[in-house]
Amino acid sequence: MQLIKPYGDTLNDGAVQLSFTLPVANGAKAIEAAIQYTKKLGFTEAEVVNAHPLSDDFTFFVVYGKTPLAIDYDKIVVEEIEKPMDFYGVNSYIKEHIQRKIAVIGACTGTDAHTVGIDAILNMKGWEQHYGLERYPMIDAFNLGAQILNEDLIRLAVEKNADAILVSQVVTQKDVHINNLTNFIELLEADGLRSQFIVLAGGPRISNKLALELGFDAGFGRGTYPEHVGSFIAKKMVEKMMR
Amino acid sequence: MNRSKLDLDPEKIDYAREISKKITQPVQDYISGHTTVSVERTTLRMLGADGIDANEVPVPNLIIQQLKERVGEGTAKFYINALLKKGLTPSALNSEIANGLDISTLEWAESAQIEKKAAELVQSFSSRVKENVGFRNEKLALHNSSQSTPLLYLIVATGNIYEDVKQAQGAAIQGADVIAVIRTTGQSLLDYVPFGPTTEGFGGTYATQENFKIMRKALDEVGEKIGKYIRLVNYCSGLCMPEIAVMGALERLDMMLNDSMYGILFRDINMYRTFVDQKFSRMVNSFAEIVINTGEDNYLTTSDAFEKAYTVTASQFINEQFAFESGMPARLMGLGHAFEMNPEMKNGFLFEMAQAQMAREIFPEAPLKYMPPTKYMTGDIFKGYAMNTLFNFIAKSTNQGILLLGMLTEAIHTPFMQDRYLGVANARYVLNSMADFSDDIEFKKDGIMQTRAKNVLDQSISFLEQINEKGLFNAIEQRMFAEVARPKNGGKGLDGVYEKTEGYYNPMYSFLARELKIN
Repeated sequence: MQLIKPYGDTLNDGAVQLSFTLPVANGAKAIEAAIQYTKKLGFTEAEVVNAHPLSDDFTFFVVYGKTPLAIDYDKIVVEEIEKPMDFYGVNSYIKEHIQRKIAVIGACTGTDAHTVGIDAILNMKGWEQHYGLERYPMIDAFNLGAQILNEDLIRLAVEKNADAILVSQVVTQKDVHINNLTNFIELLEADGLRSQFIVLAGGPRISNKLALELGFDAGFGRGTYPEHVGSFIAKKMVEKMMR
Repeated sequence: MNRSKLDLDPEKIDYAREISKKITQPVQDYISGHTTVSVERTTLRMLGADGIDANEVPVPNLIIQQLKERVGEGTAKFYINALLKKGLTPSALNSEIANGLDISTLEWAESAQIEKKAAELVQSFSSRVKENVGFRNEKLALHNSSQSTPLLYLIVATGNIYEDVKQAQGAAIQGADVIAVIRTTGQSLLDYVPFGPTTEGFGGTYATQENFKIMRKALDEVGEKIGKYIRLVNYCSGLCMPEIAVMGALERLDMMLNDSMYGILFRDINMYRTFVDQKFSRMVNSFAEIVINTGEDNYLTTSDAFEKAYTVTASQFINEQFAFESGMPARLMGLGHAFEMNPEMKNGFLFEMAQAQMAREIFPEAPLKYMPPTKYMTGDIFKGYAMNTLFNFIAKSTNQGILLLGMLTEAIHTPFMQDRYLGVANARYVLNSMADFSDDIEFKKDGIMQTRAKNVLDQSISFLEQINEKGLFNAIEQRMFAEVARPKNGGKGLDGVYEKTEGYYNPMYSFLARELKIN
């Protein structure tokens, strides 16, 4: 057993630095509330070292507390999960292991007019400060936009020598996405092209499980960032090359 | 500025401007011969078109659908004709159109009557905007001493306009001079402007005229309370550039993000569409005395800020020319740049300062918009806060105009209320403690900063020369900007571009051109 606590300036002092805002006006009562609230969080000592009004109804606090709680470090178990690489990681991984730029083509196919998903993954800007694949120096990304026929997407993928094809589906009414995704894989297989590409499906209601069932290499749902897709493609390509 | 602290050669600066003018000239020729669905919808809105039908399609879009291939004639005459033939006010006509009235098939009123009616509608648009300008100028003069120099700019982005109001009022009380309401993800790619107040967005709030009105009122209220005029900002970019401009002009917005090439490079909007749209949007902004903020910071989040600093300067020159050609005076040009060099780089601060000072000296009248570090911000909020301090230091010591405050939690989450306070507190400390610093320093002759600025200016000039040689359209197609290639006929929105017919009629365009003394 190895019991540990936060370290301020002495072993086991349990010192913790906190900062938070309470939705009340600054004053003696607000400060007392911050102290009592900190104690309620389990700290035995709580000292408000700074209280500043943010507006008439909000106050910002910096508080130091001491906690009596400890944790047995020996009992901590972590599962080693592979973290997706970030923007820089993906680019240097491609540079090192693939040694050329990779080409990615994507579209929102069928009648679906929603470009928001494919744009979030492919466009320069990306979303939530996660750059899209277009911005990756080691990736040539082609975003065909929405309402692209499966046939056209496949034709352009061949033309552009794409390594990976991204199919985005946002509308899922009457399972239109399932039919469309299934049709895409069937067309690829009919043309004998399936093994040539890494094929990914994405959309707010697409899961990895569903995509695998339909014959894709992976599926990406809500909350996916471009680097998740970039990481997957790069690693999958290396895996394929090694085979 | 009497003398260049960086010892920049004024002849080189003049030369860079000359080439930039040559670069934009062929684009102007294209613009003059074309209109777009968004330019026409803007014109219709200026004449009074507004509202939506049962399927939430805006009336200006309905009119465009009715006119289809006749858009190149100019849509104004159809709307004005319908007002005359139906004997209705704009709002009554809007309801009729929303209920299915087709204005493309009405008999024609006499052209003298149409012109008379046009003059009346131009007058009413003009007075409303001029009233807004007058109100703003009066409030700014009254509260001149309460604003910071540079102006402190904060962002709200909840998705819900009513929640935005609370945060914006809070930010104003904490010391913001300027409040920007971030738009929802993807709005720039909508080829219409949504209608009414909105409470759901992704990473931001829809820009609608009603949302503008709600936020304007809230900021006026809090401004009265604290004795300050709070400027309101939105995004005049994407497929509805000029439409958003006109909504801003009507609802008294004070600044607009508005870049001549951002949409092409970063949102994959067609270049022809963007160039035509940006001009009209800037004409509207100029008339309404709205300060534009250009998007050069984006080049640096794409590419290395040290290596590609010259692309920022070159883009500033190009943005400036496009703005001049829209009749915009330099005092409304918030040309952008950013503090994005790798914090691990030795002397990075000196290079940042040289760049900021150089922008100041090249564009002496422009209220430069300076953007904080984002690319190298991490979960280490304490380091982030230190970086923001250095950023503020440069902003003050080089007299930037608009200071977008860095958030210590950048790259972690949308700002907490306290993050904005800490951002303001940091800036205020720096602004006050080095109030007159810039007047008190000189740069060492041929030192690191002077040398750097001269090099970047030289690089910018040779880059501009290359662009001029190829032509701007080809340069964009051939990946010369932001490491991205945009084909001339690719991207979104090209189907909304129309060649103007011989008799093209647009009384609002002609009015603005006269007012702004341009073609």
